[in-house]
Amino acid sequence: MNLYKINELVKGTICRECSTPQEFTCAFASDLMSDVLRFHMEKTILITGLSTVQTLRTAEMSNIECIIFARDKKVTDEMIKLAVENNISLITTPLTLFEVSGRLYSSGIKPIF
Amino acid sequence: MHFEYEIEGGDFSSAGKASSDIKKILKQLNIDPQIVRRIAIALYEAEVNVVAHACKGIMKVDLDAHKIKILLEDEGPGIENIERAMQEGFSTASDEVRQMGFGAGMGLPNIKRNTDEMRLTSVPGRGTTLEMTVNFSQ
Repeated sequence: MNLYKINELVKGTICRECSTPQEFTCAFASDLMSDVLRFHMEKTILITGLSTVQTLRTAEMSNIECIIFARDKKVTDEMIKLAVENNISLITTPLTLFEVSGRLYSSGIKPIF
Repeated sequence: MHFEYEIEGGDFSSAGKASSDIKKILKQLNIDPQIVRRIAIALYEAEVNVVAHACKGIMKVDLDAHKIKILLEDEGPGIENIERAMQEGFSTASDEVRQMGFGAGMGLPNIKRNTDEMRLTSVPGRGTTLEMTVNFSQ
């Protein structure tokens, strides 16, 4: 699934778009970055309510290329700078983590295990 | 190749900079992406540990054609019981660390999982030393 379809499904706003075309097959929802670092995250969307620089660093280390910030969390300039540096797409949405997950799951996005 | 980075305790805005730098170098050297991912995660967990628990630390990285060796030395409270610290779920992290999405007691076991060799030593009240090696060929 591409970024635009994902954004449409979660009623989001794309804050930063990756410079290369991306296709995503899986998603992982967590506010716990330690948990994110435990799993293989290739072609995976991270859905989180944790909006910090460390969310971006965690994505960078895990090879995550798309983050959806739920519950209308704000994205700072520093986070966008890191997203640009590491080619990560960012979406914000007013929906909850639960609803974002449900919408993506019912549209064919798989859990990572 | 040898690289050194100073890590400031409590500086969460900079946590991960050293790991990010090393990850970029490894990618430029065309190391297998799965091995780069393992190294990046172990480095980042270790760097966050220093930021979360110590006053300051230093990360020393040595690279050759076959492996990467990483040494992290910090000055801080140290670890009272290393066996316990290695258990998944055990943590002494502050609320601030937990608010950053860490401190769930998964860091050290995750470092062990992602490295080929890991050696953790500590002098309580003085600091902790972590040595890690990852081989480039599986």
